[in-house]
Amino acid sequence: MSEEQNQSSFLANLLDWVLRVLQAVSVPFVAVFLAMLIGAVILAVSGASPWAAYSALFKGSFGSPEAFTRTLEKATPLVFSGLAVAFAFKGGLFNIGAQGQLLFGAIISAALGFAIEGLPAYIHAPLALLGGALAGALFGAIPGALKTYTGAHEVITTIMLNYIAINTTDYLADGPWKDPSPSNIVARTPKILETAVVPDLGGFPVGFLLSILFAVLIWWLLQQTTLGFEIRTVGQNPDAAEYSGMKVARTVILTMMISGFIAGMGGSIETQGIVGRYQPGFNSGLGFEGITIALLGKTSPFGVIPAALLVGAMDAGSSQMQFSANVANEIVDVIQALILFFVAADVIIRWLLRIRDEGDVVKLTTGWGK
Amino acid sequence: MAISQSWKRYFKQWGALTVLGFFVIIAVGYYYLKDPQITEAVLASAVRQATPLVLGAMCGLIGERSGIINIGIEGQMLMSAFIGFLVNVWTGNLLLAVFAGVSTGALLGLLLAFMSVTLKIDQIIGGTVINIVAVGLSGYFYQVGLTTKGKLAPIPLGKLADLPVVGRALFNNPPITYSAIILVLVVHYVLFYTRWGLRTRAVGEHPRAADTVGINVYLMRYVNVIIGGGVAGLGGVFLTLEAVGSFERLMTNGRGFVALAVMIFGKWTPLGSWGAALLFGMTSAIQTQIQFAGTVNIPHQFIGMLPYLLTIIVLAGVVGKSRPPAAEGIPYEKE
Repeated sequence: MSEEQNQSSFLANLLDWVLRVLQAVSVPFVAVFLAMLIGAVILAVSGASPWAAYSALFKGSFGSPEAFTRTLEKATPLVFSGLAVAFAFKGGLFNIGAQGQLLFGAIISAALGFAIEGLPAYIHAPLALLGGALAGALFGAIPGALKTYTGAHEVITTIMLNYIAINTTDYLADGPWKDPSPSNIVARTPKILETAVVPDLGGFPVGFLLSILFAVLIWWLLQQTTLGFEIRTVGQNPDAAEYSGMKVARTVILTMMISGFIAGMGGSIETQGIVGRYQPGFNSGLGFEGITIALLGKTSPFGVIPAALLVGAMDAGSSQMQFSANVANEIVDVIQALILFFVAADVIIRWLLRIRDEGDVVKLTTGWGK
Repeated sequence: MAISQSWKRYFKQWGALTVLGFFVIIAVGYYYLKDPQITEAVLASAVRQATPLVLGAMCGLIGERSGIINIGIEGQMLMSAFIGFLVNVWTGNLLLAVFAGVSTGALLGLLLAFMSVTLKIDQIIGGTVINIVAVGLSGYFYQVGLTTKGKLAPIPLGKLADLPVVGRALFNNPPITYSAIILVLVVHYVLFYTRWGLRTRAVGEHPRAADTVGINVYLMRYVNVIIGGGVAGLGGVFLTLEAVGSFERLMTNGRGFVALAVMIFGKWTPLGSWGAALLFGMTSAIQTQIQFAGTVNIPHQFIGMLPYLLTIIVLAGVVGKSRPPAAEGIPYEKE
């Protein structure tokens, strides 16, 4: 083989790879663009200036080092909830319950954070993180077990468990674990001890690094281990998995447990890195945004990170937008819902961009029956 | 022989609901003798609490019988509740507001049908899109402090309303509660005794076969999901215009999802769903009664959990034994 041929085939390969990456990224990009466009129309209809709103949104998320820190802080638990939902999708399960698992993680990590005294930080902080994650895993195991042993569909059971989690954590934060300081009148736990805090290092939240580490771990688990192979096989074709001797029941429960573990860890990080205690309502919506993020990131662990950054930036900038452009910050929810719509309905975008290649179609959910 | 066979079939399908219903009737009788007034109040409240649930369940079953899973009932109800509320605030007209709410539900039904029939998106994702859009839009346009101009009031049906035990519960209701009961009967008749119903079920069980004999699968699915959306919309305006008289963010509070459990408990039939909805309504009514009386010292959060726990128990106990329409959730591809 001559040198020339070698070089041209290398170039062709490179070009092919670049094209494929562009094509993979184009759908999410256009989805975000279209959603922002419709969002602008809604803003204009309701009498606000889209330009003022969007520039305030940008200023509040990327406009200054402090704003960028806030974006990273907002994105951190979102990476976890997005990973949790994406991971479950890989196993053929739709975990709408990331919210509930996250709440349990958040309150258990808060309890471990304020109740245990006298530990050095390098033991206390990881212990509380892990405790929250395990709480999420246990809570996530319930819908997995229900699906396996009774056939109850995880979409409804996880939603119901979300409400149960909200009520239980409300009770704990307003009852046995309520902040006893005399000035406190609301439902919240005491502040966690200094040793349990996950700090910011020079404006860079350590939790965000941890979330990236987790994304790598999940990628490794899914792509490089036998367990990951089993999870993906069960997700794509449970009958084939059963036939080839895999334990489908065990895999389903394990998938939900790991998904719950990730979501619970997100709750721990939220408590220990950002809020500093458990307070009901401070983390509502994180689990649902996880669905948008997982689908925007094409259920890939690495796709989840930029998706979470985008959604985190919107959440971070929305208060600036409310303050300086006088726009209700719920417009951000509308835009995120539209993003979800366009990502799910990628047929529309593929048609707009004339992409013929269907890509690999991922089977996401299953019906009520088995 | 033949009779015992059909009884066996009946009990196999309806045993759980029948036994539960039997216990409820005995309990109601017992408490009626002890305290007739509170018992009548609880019964009446149970029927009204059941109204949004049975309407949501019928939205679900109309869609699913034709092969489309609707997980967006929650969003359809929430958005309809909001639009109905807004129209009433602007115009002061209750009838127009109900119409606006029903149309909103139908419109979201159209969106779901477009996503699942035409675009062939994963139906559960499609429903989730509707839920999230509804939360966002109603939250963005909501302004604090608005209240409706009037509420739909109860219309007693003459002497029937004075009947003991059931009079207040069944014959002294506001219009949407009556229409829910009537709709149950209508949907039952249409689904099982008309050509349209037969076609709907055919499309939901075996679309290929239905297509072969000339039934338009896409059209059937579109129309059913849109009608279902309208029914869910009625459940939504029930909340703002009949039950509460104002709108709050997220006010549906999971009823759209509970309705799906009601539908499954009712085995995808209108009458069964009504029975299941009454059971759920009863739980909520007793729960309110306990909270109101304040005699039992249980934290309110645990009482508030009951409907959700009940939903999980119902799903865990029943789903394995009931069969959904065979073709639901699968987009139909013409050859």
